[in-house]
Parts: sequence; C-alpha cells; structure tokens
Amino acid sequence: MTSHRMPAGSDPARPGPDHPLTIWVDGEPVPGTAGQTIAGVLLGAGRRQWRTTSQDGAPRGVFCGIGVCFDCVVEVNGLRDVRACLRRAQDGDVVARQGAGPEATP
Amino acid sequence: MSGAPSRHVVVVGAGPAGLAAAHAAARAGARVTVLDSADVLGGQYWRHLPASRPAANERVLHHKWGTYRELARALHAHPAVTVVPSAQVWSLERLDDGVRLNVLVGEPDAAGREARTFEPDALVLAPGAHDRTLPFPGWQLPGVYSAGAAQALAKGERVAVGRRVVVAGAGPFLLPVASSLLRTGAAVVGVHEANGLGSLARGWLDRPWELVGAAGKAGELAGYVRELVRHRVPWRPGEAVVAAHGDGQVEAVTIARLDPRWTPVPGTERQVEADAVAVSHGFTPRLELAIAAGCALTPARFVVVDAAQATSVPGVWAAGELTGIGGADAALAEGAVAGTAAAGGDLRAAGAARTARARDRSRGFAARIEAAHGIRGGWVHWLRDDTVVCRCEETTYGRLREVVDLTGSRETRSVKLTSRAGLGPCQARMCGRTLQELLDDGGSGAGAPGPACEGPAPGVDRRPVVVPVRLGDLAALPAPSASPLDPSSSMTSLPTTSLSAASQPQET
Repeated sequence: MTSHRMPAGSDPARPGPDHPLTIWVDGEPVPGTAGQTIAGVLLGAGRRQWRTTSQDGAPRGVFCGIGVCFDCVVEVNGLRDVRACLRRAQDGDVVARQGAGPEATP
Repeated sequence: MSGAPSRHVVVVGAGPAGLAAAHAAARAGARVTVLDSADVLGGQYWRHLPASRPAANERVLHHKWGTYRELARALHAHPAVTVVPSAQVWSLERLDDGVRLNVLVGEPDAAGREARTFEPDALVLAPGAHDRTLPFPGWQLPGVYSAGAAQALAKGERVAVGRRVVVAGAGPFLLPVASSLLRTGAAVVGVHEANGLGSLARGWLDRPWELVGAAGKAGELAGYVRELVRHRVPWRPGEAVVAAHGDGQVEAVTIARLDPRWTPVPGTERQVEADAVAVSHGFTPRLELAIAAGCALTPARFVVVDAAQATSVPGVWAAGELTGIGGADAALAEGAVAGTAAAGGDLRAAGAARTARARDRSRGFAARIEAAHGIRGGWVHWLRDDTVVCRCEETTYGRLREVVDLTGSRETRSVKLTSRAGLGPCQARMCGRTLQELLDDGGSGAGAPGPACEGPAPGVDRRPVVVPVRLGDLAALPAPSASPLDPSSSMTSLPTTSLSAASQPQET
C-alpha cells in the first residue's frame, strides 16, 4: 500500500478516537473514518485511481486535492461528477467509477 | 463607530486574508457575511481536520495556528458576523450600483443546493490561489500530485500520498510541503528546487536590510530547513523532475539538473525510485470573480489595488494572493486593511496604520519570491510530443504543435477550439497559463476585456461561471439570477450536459 492514513498512535497531532465508516466502491467495502473526504477514504485505503479518462482510457485519481482540477470526480449515490477531494464521506455512500470522465463534452 | 451596524460587507474566502478582513470589518462597525466553499474555515493555508476528527495537538501541523483559532473564535462570537460555510459563489453580476453574488450553499457538487444571492454594500475578494504545476512526461500518472494536494491530504486528512515521496518544483512552499509529509510518516526522498543558487541568492540576498521586517517568515523557513536536515532530506537547487514513469501509477521519476533558464542539462538525468511525487512551480490567483467584477489587472495578472486594498471597481476590495503571491503574513495584513476600508473605517487610526505598514513590509516578500523562484522558459525543453498538456482533454504537446502548423494560428482561443486544450471541466485552470506561454502570445489572451478593464486582457482567466453548476439547480433559480450571462455565453447552449459551462470557451 502506497498512499495511506497515518496510524493514530504515531501521529504527533494526537487525534481522538476514530468513528469508523464504510463506503462502497464499485461494490467493494472500503473502510474510512468520519470527517474524511471520499478521496481521503480511498487514498487512506491505498487506492490511488478511480476514474478512467474518455480519450486514452487512462487511470486518474487525485491531482490538485483542492477542487480545482476535476481529475477525481466520481459518481456518488447515483449522482455523477462529484469531486471526491471535496465531498465528505458518509457511512454507506455508494461510489462508482465514471468511465467517461466528467460529463463536459457536448 | 456607534449605533446599529448598517453597512453590509461580504467577504469571499476564509483563508488568512478573508478572516482578517472579516474581523477588521466587524471591528469597524460593519455587518459582515463570510462566504467560503469549504465546510471549515481557514482556507488552504490553515487546512485542518474537521470538527468530527478532533486532535489534541493539531497545532504541530500549522504555523500561526493561534492566530487562526483567535480569528475563528472572534468571528463566531461576533453578533454582527455571519459565517456561511459550504457556500460556492458561482457567478458575479455587475449591477448599476454594485454587484450581486450568486451562491449555492450545500455539499460540494450536490444536487438541489440552496440558491442564495447577496448584494453587499462592499465586497472583499480573498479567494486565494491554487498551485500551478507545469506539465512533464508522465505527470498524468496516479501518484503525481500537486504539492498543494500532498499538503491538503496531510493536514486535512492525515493521509500520506506515498511512502517514498519526491518533492519538486519551485518556491518556498516546497519546504512546508516536505515538512507536512514528514509529519505524516512519509519518507521524503528529496526536495528539488528548479532555480539554482544564483537565482535564489539574487532574489533573497538582494537588499537584505529589507528582510528585517519579514524576520518571522525567515524564521519559519529556517525551521523547515532544520527539519529537512534532521530527517536527512537532501534539498537540491537547480534540479527538476523532468519525467515520471510507471505502469498505471508512479514507480520512478527522472531528475535532471537545470541551467539558469530551466533547460535540462543533457547527461545529468538520473532515475530515482518513488511511489509519489508532489510538484508545484508556483501559484495562480483565483481571478474569476475579480474579472467578472471588472477589476483592473497588473501586467503579471494580479488584481490592481491601492494603499487601502481598493480595486479599480468602486465597492470592491481585494486581499491576499489575488494581489500578489506574498504568503500568509502579507495576506493577514492586507485583509485587515481591506476589511477596515470596506467597512468605511478610518485607515489613519493607529491600529490601521500599523497594519498598513506590516502590509507594505510583507509585500516586498512577493517580489523576492518571484525573483528567486519564478518560472523560467527553458522548461519547454523537457516536453515530448506525447506529453499531456491539458489533463482534462488529454491534448498532447505534439497535437498542439500540429494544430498551430495546420491552422497557422498561435492565437490561444483558436488553438483551444481546434485542439480542445483548455476546454475541459477545470476550465483551463490547470493548463491555461501554460497554453498561453507555449503559444507565446504572452498576456494578450483572447478574451475581450470587460468595459472597466485596463491592462492585460483576462484571457484564459475569464470564467463567467466560476464552477460547473448542475442544470437542475440553474432551472430552480429565481428569475433575476437566472440570466447573469449574456445570451451568447455557455449556459443556454448546453442542454444535454449536467456539468454546464465547463466545456465552453469562456471568452465571449
């Protein structure tokens, strides 16, 4: 696993107890903690790509991390084009890969 | 000031500049509304864990954390201040006697957000900036992040983007990013600053007596350097990541020495194993609201402000990175001046005068950063024909050159329409300035300047619709707000997409 959430025990910020949650990504459960964004949950669980580009079929995940680049968009609970780096995860969120990228091409 | 507050000041942005502006405006007697697209205050500088993830010692992740806590506490406690979190300003209309902000309030990119409008007596724009990352072969691979992303994930999520991370690009920001990565448990393989010691010395050591006023900033940077030394992280000036490699994700990068113009020096390339790269070459101010308001821009495309942080448009003030990349100290000082002035407060009063002096000192810092760390043109030599330039539309450097050859045009708008570069959902925020530089049309851009605009045309920075808005939300808007754009612009021409506006060229 490459990207990962820092273990609370070794975190100098001394976080309080976690409130675990689970989101469902393409049918698989992915554990996270309350307050994380969807991108935070995915990266924290070692997943780095969750979109396929329309032109080259290339994998993408987070690039800018602050809502500017739209690389990280996913479908959340049936709604497309949600920036995963901005949206806080809710327990039970159903997240699906967007094959064709953001629906921006007329 | 006495009596009931009446003047309504709206502050857009809740980073250091916006928080300081709101605080100052409230102190000067105004009624204040703070709008920020995030659900927590602090902006990118103080990006932090949400209330649902409290941490006992969070201050170790931040500089000036006490300042943030004090500002946030004061704003929440002040009866004349309303903070509206999760508020996305999606357009700004010019009225005969001011401006109207069209805002959607709710979860990011959700359907059915609450539509609100604000017509303030005074507007303070403090939207900040985002990273600018120059393209290089492989930069579209998962595992390549902007330095800001690595920072935001570390501070706001306690997520490390990798185990072995290379930090590269240009500017003092690389140092706090490396520090954040270390404090998130990642190994930083190296920090590679594109500018060599010559440029750095010319920028930082010129007129050293002027740095005395910025001693706090120098101390902060020295602290980061000590941390790198302690962790044995090499800091290498005059080097760049010129390619990222891997099958579906980053596995290694190529680092090369650069000459003073940022041209890679042949024969100096070396491959380094890494599972993540954090790269930024500077910052781009978020200009769209200022451009929509008609604010004049400087030749370097920052918002022109006077000594009171007033823009060229009556009733509109600006502070922070929008007026120059000067860092948090400058932003705090500028915000305090802007907020006082916007509220109609007296800038000659003792406190305000001191604030204005602090602002003037901090501003020198922006000029030094540009002199020491500014982007130099030789970087184009690390591009290859198959290097993706526009991440959204996957337009390559080779395709861009082909389009220029085919159409005989180097005009940005024309090349964008043919190559599709810059027409994707990010609205050319990632590649717009790069496109302009590659096409070598400087700041001329292609946009018709707004009536009140002087100086350079806003070009690729013009975005009448600031973020993509779902058509369902637009349809639900009340009549006066439903037509902020001229009829030729994009909203009405895109009936079939859910993300409107993003795909259309914004120069109308």
